[in-house]
Amino acid sequence: MPQPRTEAWITGIGLVSSLGEGLEQHWQRLGSHASPSVAVEEVRYAPYPVHPLVPLDFSKQIPKTSDQRQMERWQRIGVYAAGLALADAGILGKPEFLDNVDLAIAAGNGERDLALDTSILESAGRSGAPGADLNRQLMAGLRPTLYLGQLSNLLAGNISIVHKATGSSRTFKGEEMAGVAALEDAVKRITSDQSDLMLAGAALNAERQDLLLNLELGGALLQGCYRPVWARGKVGGGMVPGSIGVFLVLESPRHAIARGARPYARVSTISATRSHRAPGQAASAAQELFEAIAPSIDSVHPLGVLSGVSGVEPVTHEEATFLDGLARFDLHSVVRAYGSVLGHGVEAHFISGIALAALALSKGSFFAPFQGTESEAIGEQRQVLVTAFGHWRGEALGLVEAVAAGTP
Amino acid sequence: MIRPHRDHIGRPIAAVTGMGLVTSLGVGAADNWSRLTAGQSGIRRISRFPTEGLKTTIAGTVDAIPVAPYSAADLATAIAEAAGREAIVQAGIGGIRQFPGRLIVATPPSELEWPQLCALYASEDVAAPPGYHRLLAAARTRRFSEFARHVRFASISDRLQETFGTRGEPLSICTACASGATTIQLGTEAIRRGDLDAALCIGVDATVHPEGLVRFSLLSALSTKNDVPEKASKPFSKDRDGFVMAEGAGAVVIEDYDRAKARGARILAVVRGCGEKADHYHRTRSEPSGGAIIGAISKTLNDAGLAPQEIDYINAHGTSTPENDKMEYVSLKAVLGEHLAKVPISSNKSMVGHTLIAAGSVEAVFSVMTINTGTLPPTINYDNPDPDLPLDVVANVKRDASVTTVLSNSFGFGGQNVCLAMTAEPA
Repeated sequence: MPQPRTEAWITGIGLVSSLGEGLEQHWQRLGSHASPSVAVEEVRYAPYPVHPLVPLDFSKQIPKTSDQRQMERWQRIGVYAAGLALADAGILGKPEFLDNVDLAIAAGNGERDLALDTSILESAGRSGAPGADLNRQLMAGLRPTLYLGQLSNLLAGNISIVHKATGSSRTFKGEEMAGVAALEDAVKRITSDQSDLMLAGAALNAERQDLLLNLELGGALLQGCYRPVWARGKVGGGMVPGSIGVFLVLESPRHAIARGARPYARVSTISATRSHRAPGQAASAAQELFEAIAPSIDSVHPLGVLSGVSGVEPVTHEEATFLDGLARFDLHSVVRAYGSVLGHGVEAHFISGIALAALALSKGSFFAPFQGTESEAIGEQRQVLVTAFGHWRGEALGLVEAVAAGTP
Repeated sequence: MIRPHRDHIGRPIAAVTGMGLVTSLGVGAADNWSRLTAGQSGIRRISRFPTEGLKTTIAGTVDAIPVAPYSAADLATAIAEAAGREAIVQAGIGGIRQFPGRLIVATPPSELEWPQLCALYASEDVAAPPGYHRLLAAARTRRFSEFARHVRFASISDRLQETFGTRGEPLSICTACASGATTIQLGTEAIRRGDLDAALCIGVDATVHPEGLVRFSLLSALSTKNDVPEKASKPFSKDRDGFVMAEGAGAVVIEDYDRAKARGARILAVVRGCGEKADHYHRTRSEPSGGAIIGAISKTLNDAGLAPQEIDYINAHGTSTPENDKMEYVSLKAVLGEHLAKVPISSNKSMVGHTLIAAGSVEAVFSVMTINTGTLPPTINYDNPDPDLPLDVVANVKRDASVTTVLSNSFGFGGQNVCLAMTAEPA
């Protein structure tokens, strides 16, 4: 592997979830002083609990109603969070920077028209045969712009339109690993001097039955009452999807210093692999990734770990095995499974973990336990490991580190 | 120790050593090339499903690799495997199921189609609550877990990774109709950074199904000249009225040039440069000045270290929509200036239709074959040139020309603009 030419600093963060809007609201609810509580909707989508987004006034970031009308909710959430991140970095509304912002985004598909689907299934659907009836209903019933609300890359497209961030844009797919790939692309382009300024992020609208259907086909959802991720194994496991919008501004130190921007933290490593998920494989795949990072782990300070564990089995058990194994590396780790409080953000999940890691490092403190079984934090973390075990595929680790005072 | 080859700014060089193709014209790069250069069209009346009630009833479907029952996910997987296998065999790289690099794939939307939705719906009692409650009840029975492959975005890349034994976590990307070009850009960048020795880059699309067609129809993007299907796609013509939806897969093996040479591989071409620029103007239209397309072309030339005068041939995005072909001309003119009149240009889409996610991959393969053979494929149906687009279109029949450098354009909804500059192996 080549040596990076420079570092990738996080200089802006936009985060919206069921817990609040912006970093401070999240710190108030989750920080070292807090008694974390969750916001869960258990009735509307029963038997599936979901974490609903806090009420947002989307027009604060997307002033034109014509723009809002041409987006589905997942895109509005993402464009909103992207605006928060750009504002936080101090470049919102500044064309001299925005025209060079490169976008790396993780996305799935957007929402379907549930009423239209239902009406077609009720009338023509039982035969299962495509034909003139289906064609006519689709031609008459589909909103012309709905497809633009569904296309994976139209979150990026809408960010370019609304916020005028137009350096370039790439959208990555593949559930949890999409978030890993987007961040890997952003970090590599910064550290190899390909880009000075990146906007990386994702959004999930968890409050939709079509998304739940897709996840339920793979048997990935928790049913019944909410419980924290480590407590789901005994009821068969499963994720509780959470609505999340998360965006990071990543920047080269040279560019950040030149415009007087301060870093929350730096992303030093993103590494990923894909095991075939025979028993034990996911845990050992992640351990191999960690062995490559281990030499750069500081043994003086405790290692913060933000686990992206989804609650889906058997991979949640694999991740527990991996985390238990960290003890062998002669380090003291403090684990927080952030899916217990944010819900599972699928494409947005890993980037949310990186955002929380940067938040904690910038506060010089770690999160309160998210579940009774997690231990209290001691000492000051200078490094936070973020894990991603995809609920179906993919294993990845990210390392976020404090930027030394007075750097460079 | 031989001095390593580097490009104009000292980066490792990305070489193309293998290619594979599946389109409506046929299976395999050679077969496709002979039909393409003969000016044959793969556009035909849709036979996959009834088209009564639709405004557009033609497409460039891939029927040569039968997948029954059809689904976008299964057909896409099958043709991506065929193209990928062909590319790996040509490159002669790695052992069976041991491709020594990363998979970078561009795939169509992952979603349930009507046959699956109907099967779920019909399996539940009519007494169950209607709509998605009933679909969810069917999903909870676990009898339909095989449908998960349609909705998992990682499922096509997972299957391809198993088939070819690619290393590491595969990348799955979407930049709409620029996606194929983005896979090659990502691979090229990784080789230049030294992250990878080789990448298998595949773009695939197989979404000619009723809803897929209706979506583009409602956006007024499709040609409705159904009467003579092979005449419908007419890029740069005055009477062009939209694109023809099509399916296909293009695969390219790219490698670090020196490593490819060291193992004795034949270098088919070099990815000399790539560039991208996002548009902020509209979800489906370009900024009227062409600013973002101009930006993508200029960045590509800059990245490649090429002057506009060094472009010998343009493989156009050329969709045959009124908007695209005009904006492509305006932007090319802005960057190439007077030189544009001297550069022959073709749109493969006149024959294979618009393969959407796969287009950049399919057209990259045709671009390399143009360099390798010295034959410029024609733009068919160019009987009524648009006088506002004064271009040297390779009209209706192929042309011989010595080509060193090709510019291949790919543009997509959502303001995506990606260009590649491919050149012959450096002397």
